[in-house]
Amino acid sequence: MRSDASFPTSSPAASPTPPPSGLATFRENLRQTPRRFRESILRGGRPTTDRSRSSFVFGNVFLHLHAVRTHRWSLRWAATWGLGIASLSAFLLTVITGVLLMFYYKPYPSVAYDSIKDIHFVVPTGRFMRNIHRWAANVMVVGVILHMARVFYTASYRAPREYNWVIGLGLLIVTLGLSFTGYLLPWDQLAYWAITIGANIAQSPREVTDALGITEWFDYGGLQKLLLLGSTEVGEEALIRFYLLHVMILPLVLVALLAVHFWRVRKDGGLAKPVDADRRLPPIEAGVYPVFTEAPAKTYQIAAIVAGRTPAVGHGPEQTVPSMPHLFYAELGVFMLTVAGCLALSLLSDAPLKELANPSVPENPAKAPWYFLGLQELVAFSAFMGGIGIPTIVILGLALIPFLDRERAGTGEWFGGPGGGRLVVEALVVGTLAAVAVEAFVIQFGWLREWFPQVPQLAVTAINPGTIITLIYAVYSLYLVKRYNSPRAGALGLFTCFLCGFVILTVIGTYFRGPNWGFYWSPADWPGH
Amino acid sequence: MTSTPTGLRSRLDPEPMPRRDFLGMASLVSTGAALLFALIGSMRLPKAAVLPLPARRFNVSLPESLPPGEPYSPPGRNVAVFRDGEGVFAVSLVCTHLGCIVKPTPTGFDCPCHGSRFGPDGSVLRGPAPTPLQWLMVKGKDGQYTVDESITVPQGTRVSV
Repeated sequence: MRSDASFPTSSPAASPTPPPSGLATFRENLRQTPRRFRESILRGGRPTTDRSRSSFVFGNVFLHLHAVRTHRWSLRWAATWGLGIASLSAFLLTVITGVLLMFYYKPYPSVAYDSIKDIHFVVPTGRFMRNIHRWAANVMVVGVILHMARVFYTASYRAPREYNWVIGLGLLIVTLGLSFTGYLLPWDQLAYWAITIGANIAQSPREVTDALGITEWFDYGGLQKLLLLGSTEVGEEALIRFYLLHVMILPLVLVALLAVHFWRVRKDGGLAKPVDADRRLPPIEAGVYPVFTEAPAKTYQIAAIVAGRTPAVGHGPEQTVPSMPHLFYAELGVFMLTVAGCLALSLLSDAPLKELANPSVPENPAKAPWYFLGLQELVAFSAFMGGIGIPTIVILGLALIPFLDRERAGTGEWFGGPGGGRLVVEALVVGTLAAVAVEAFVIQFGWLREWFPQVPQLAVTAINPGTIITLIYAVYSLYLVKRYNSPRAGALGLFTCFLCGFVILTVIGTYFRGPNWGFYWSPADWPGH
Repeated sequence: MTSTPTGLRSRLDPEPMPRRDFLGMASLVSTGAALLFALIGSMRLPKAAVLPLPARRFNVSLPESLPPGEPYSPPGRNVAVFRDGEGVFAVSLVCTHLGCIVKPTPTGFDCPCHGSRFGPDGSVLRGPAPTPLQWLMVKGKDGQYTVDESITVPQGTRVSV
């Protein structure tokens, strides 16, 4: 505790002593400054008691997004697997390494590629930093997707957390946007052609407006591409725009969304748990969670009477432990694991850099980063449907889930809800089989354009393997809603199918597509050039 | 509360809006309108008025020895110029699907990115391309021609040799 006893202590009864000289006071205050500075950092003193641990949390601007006490249910590994914190840790890594890369990177076509080469070969630690940046970005994409799966399968999106689920979808989109914009910056062949394809996906509403013959008056696709590239082709304007998006606009949006996301986790009552979580937890082993290390004293005050839910209404604090140290040390552990993983990957494998961008000769095959290869598989059927239509449908479907599933059973439990784990296994089989069967059919027999070269484009846009797979998934989950008489069962089926489709299409795009996007069992079968 | 000049107001008259409510509403509406217009105005900025593009029109001299049906690609241009019995024509090599550069083959054109295949006249044979390859405006004669990439012409348009 802070002690500001004046020096020297003097009692009124003592014989009058001369007041200390100004210089002596000065010297003593100077001597005490380091201790007083340390004490002034922590407003409540060292976190040694329940009370000072509470003030450690709410007296710190960085920590006070957390609750003062954390429920033991939420601290189990199986509750979260630390996936959200791992994604955040990867994001922090990309921010730090990204700022460092900005010291040398030059966003101009004639020098961008050379500056990346400088970073790789000349700049001290430059290659290591670029590798970390690249691997942390990959870990972040994986982490965000797995985190979403965890939240979904534990039914943690339910009221009052619907809004935070939607914010989370926004974070997924911004994360993918950050990856995509970062992809152009090296200005190599891979970058150039991936962005050319991406920009033309933005333009693909023309596929519909052209077919309707209204592009002349309403060219939404052209406008999107123009805004993205600042031109009609990928060039210096596009590079500056992608750079701006990558280092400024998207990070700002991401941080704003993150703030809302974390704040809502807290305000929505922490992690979702089953109603009977208190009873199901095993008793605390002696000495594991030292709770109430001093006589219970007031650790909070009612600052205002507010309407709505507050985190602890109706629940005793029996199964909660102080966030400091229990939650924070766990978070630090996840952070360190993520950092260690990213560093190990960065030491093992270098970020790729192909030859300098050549606007006349595309890569063959020209492949996007792995998490976009599922999309690339879809755009190989129809640019508009695969690149814009189906992703929009998927995002809308995911956003609607918490508003359609208003059930209570199974909240906070893995595969909770009607059907449970068995339904998920069935949906895994259905989702995988549907995607594989449709793909196999197309690869074997082709599609409308090969059978009827004169078929109108709108027919191909509306009926193609991508929309067929989407339709099968939608019908299957509606059937599940009926069979189990529960929207949650439908959601379990739909989400599982969505994951299956994503994985199957990504695997096909990554491993089984060769030159001219043909199907090959192995790259060894690719025709020579 | 304001009152009418006569000082009398019927119970049935609507309540006049209190001054503070009016000022609050006015500031709310004006702020909203200002933000909306500022947003529209700043969205206008990224839509470039002048595009930094190289000249879309270029001259090409066809070699005498160019066999009929063989493509001639001027360096740095994604265009194939052909000469056959009926005349000279130019086909854009930019795939109409997602903008990759197609490769001339004996059977027409192949796109490396998503497997679209086009016939010798640019029409779609297979794959996801929604429209045929564009034919470009050609002018000139006697081996000296001018191609304009910004003007498309109907399929089959040729200039006589």
